[in-house]
Amino acid sequence: MKLTVWTYEGPPHVGAMRVATAMKGLHYVLHAPQGDTYADLLFTMIERRDHRPPVTYTTFQARDLGADTAMLFKTACQDAYDRFRPQAMIVGASCTAELIQDDPGGMAEAMELPVPVIALDLPSYQRKENFGADETFFQITRALARPVDRTEWVSCNLIGPTALGFRHRDDVTELTGLLSDMGIDVNVVAPLDATPADIARLGAAHFNVLMYPETGESACRWMERELGLPFTKTVPIGVGATRDFVTEVAELAGLAPRLDTKRLRQPWYTASVDSTYLTGKRVFIFGDGTHVVTAARIARDEMGFEVVGIGCYNREQARAVRRLASDFGLTALITDDYLDVEAAIADLAPELILGTQMERHIGKRLGIPCAVISAPVHVQDFPARYSPQMGLEGANVIFDTWVHPLVMGLEEHLLHMFRDDFEFHDDAGASHHGSPAVPRGNAAPASAPTTVAVDAVADPGTVIWLAEAETELRKVPFFVRGKARRNTEAFAHDRGQHEISVETLYEAKAHYAR
Amino acid sequence: MTGRALGCAEMPVLRQRGQREVFCGLTSIIWLHRKMQDAFFLVVGSRTCAHLLQSAAGVMIFAEPRFGTAVLEETDLAGMADAQEEIDREVERLLSRRRDIRRLFLVGSCPSEVIKLDLSKAAERLSRKYAPQVRVLNFSGSGIETTFTEGEDACLAAMVPDLAEIDDRQLLMVGALPDVVQDQALSLLDQLGIGPVTVLPSMRADDPVGVGPKTVFAMTQPFLGETCAALERRGARHIPAPFPFGEIGTTAWLRAIADEFDVSDAVFERVTEAPRARARSAVARASEVLRDRSVFFFPDSQLEIPLARFLTTECGMRAVEIGAPYIHRQLVEPDLEMIDEGPVLSEGQDVDLQLDRARAVRADLTVCGLGLANPLEAEGLTTKWAIELVFTPVHFYEQAGDLAGLFARPLRRRDMLRVAAE
Repeated sequence: MKLTVWTYEGPPHVGAMRVATAMKGLHYVLHAPQGDTYADLLFTMIERRDHRPPVTYTTFQARDLGADTAMLFKTACQDAYDRFRPQAMIVGASCTAELIQDDPGGMAEAMELPVPVIALDLPSYQRKENFGADETFFQITRALARPVDRTEWVSCNLIGPTALGFRHRDDVTELTGLLSDMGIDVNVVAPLDATPADIARLGAAHFNVLMYPETGESACRWMERELGLPFTKTVPIGVGATRDFVTEVAELAGLAPRLDTKRLRQPWYTASVDSTYLTGKRVFIFGDGTHVVTAARIARDEMGFEVVGIGCYNREQARAVRRLASDFGLTALITDDYLDVEAAIADLAPELILGTQMERHIGKRLGIPCAVISAPVHVQDFPARYSPQMGLEGANVIFDTWVHPLVMGLEEHLLHMFRDDFEFHDDAGASHHGSPAVPRGNAAPASAPTTVAVDAVADPGTVIWLAEAETELRKVPFFVRGKARRNTEAFAHDRGQHEISVETLYEAKAHYAR
Repeated sequence: MTGRALGCAEMPVLRQRGQREVFCGLTSIIWLHRKMQDAFFLVVGSRTCAHLLQSAAGVMIFAEPRFGTAVLEETDLAGMADAQEEIDREVERLLSRRRDIRRLFLVGSCPSEVIKLDLSKAAERLSRKYAPQVRVLNFSGSGIETTFTEGEDACLAAMVPDLAEIDDRQLLMVGALPDVVQDQALSLLDQLGIGPVTVLPSMRADDPVGVGPKTVFAMTQPFLGETCAALERRGARHIPAPFPFGEIGTTAWLRAIADEFDVSDAVFERVTEAPRARARSAVARASEVLRDRSVFFFPDSQLEIPLARFLTTECGMRAVEIGAPYIHRQLVEPDLEMIDEGPVLSEGQDVDLQLDRARAVRADLTVCGLGLANPLEAEGLTTKWAIELVFTPVHFYEQAGDLAGLFARPLRRRDMLRVAAE
């Protein structure tokens, strides 16, 4: 047993639901107790879908336990087929049904329904949501995809987008346009909006674009082996990655690389002088493996940040993230325990966090700005507006999203210049947040330096701030003050000093200057 | 209630079995832990249970909530012997981190019930170990046994045998209410001269709550059937009353208790006159848009019958179907008697068949869960999502206008939006 409050990923049958809900003409019969239908609201509320997920739950109750549950499953299966008339069905068990061992696959097969019925075996006590999605899509592909004639024109499949995917909807649009510019058709997008009939003609493409390794890699590997379809290894998030992707695609397609950059604004924006202040901003990156790997490259090579921490929660991508981290001279944090992540962030005290919904809340607690780069996300990250992560418009979107939470250059400069101004002092609050302006002097009665604030001499490990140094520290702008305090304390500690004077503060500043 | 027609009380109930689109009892933890300030709810379950709590708790999950899930792993399923040790270890870790915890609930889930993990044994053992600082209790919030608010029922019923035995005559008010509402209720009872009054669940472990043969109790929530039975087993007596929704419901609820405590009509009038007038006018204003419109309830919380009573008798609505996950006759009879005959009364659910009925009648307002709300809106039906009715202060006089407002808002919104969704 493991005590858990927050989970980055749901159970694997939620991953299967993400595939089923993404597709059309497919129905999922899930052997599950009453209550597991809660997962429907992830799709109807967070993603704001206007239809129910195509999932029938057996919703067995205590009184059904025993031989009855098998019958319940068969009835649910038959009713679902009769009502929805899908082209194919998937059947499986949730965590509780896994324990009662009714074998949904075997029972469904015995019913001899007139459509393909694909059995899913998702080990709920070992694996998680992303595995569930990947495995489900792999099983569907394996059951339905057949060798077919290649399309006359060069075409590819877009593999991996699902329901509840972070920006999957717009990434598909962006890539479709990008490929179209190169003269490449999209044969099938799957699982998003694909029907079982579409899955059957996956083999007509010349190659696959693996958009999200988390949800599509197993199917791509199978198609490579069984249908002879090579697949792309570069995920086109970021300008550099998009250029590499175009080169890779051009090779697979036997066409000249072509990238229309007239709408690309990100490189100029990062080059413009106002972005100089982004240089060396210390950033911590956490999320799913794919988005973390791509974000790290953008952060360092395209934004000029210093990446101080990297990690992911899905252990399927641990190897890739570890490799990347060692390239950056870091040790990757592979964990699904948000308390570990919080501890790492608190320890590193970055100036920006790129993470998930969870890191956003950690950032809020620690007073560190955060931008969301990966699932799990909440309803506000399924926006109405067009906001891909992939391709060139994706690069524009990412620039805006990451920079927005930071204090921008000119603003930072002005705040620094006027930090002792009667309207801009610390207690005044941000004028655009609706808090009333508090003139200096009315707020804290006295920041006047008194004597030395010493009463913690007991612990030789602690370092004490002399009052003058404390006052001097307060002149450092609030958004870097935490780092200044930490650096100075570490500096003093390393030198065995127990008191920090104004001089220590400035020595430390000089020491850490870059 | 004399002289009234029987209303819906003797109407046949439609019972269907099939897929049920409802929450399990674990969801109750979300509001119970806010109410019981020194309690921790430890679910013994799967990743699914943790995911459910997270989805239902929304952003609250980040505020150091006093609940969590001990997620069963492969090794826990292999052999049963060490499961109890595992629980002990997790509880040890938890209590050493959270020394403010005085009451610990081990909450059963579907997986723990199916593998027959004996949580009551664990609770007894841990209670002995951590006494007197921490009391450890157990109840089941599993989907196979409980639906949504029934989790609160199971929790309170588990506390009843543990309550002190008292011999004095007292009123026990049963059901978790938002603090503001509870204070209003206690103030009204106090003004009526009724006392002493205690509340189950109590805010803190030390708050004196007892039960005995001279205890009479009033329910503020309709889903507390097990708790009612458990209290009766301790010799306490239930005061039947409609539930305190709206002006009429609140007055009838207070009246039933006042009669029990021999409060004179004059006192009752004096105390209730002003808040009644306030509630009446607030409801009248808020319910203008509701008058003569029809309402369809999908089953969710067991609040459906009392709320249908409020909407039909106080807001001028017409009920077409009132679905409830369970109907505890003993508790909702007074409300049923006040609803005019006509609506379909359904208990349990086959969601696809019920959706067919909802589409056929196309009520002006459909009350349903979040899994159905947007899909039905997309079909052109106006919906009110039901879970809000459990979290929002809606009971008693001062909230009567707000309660009508919750139902009125979706209809007003539909009238306001000029660009239709496609």
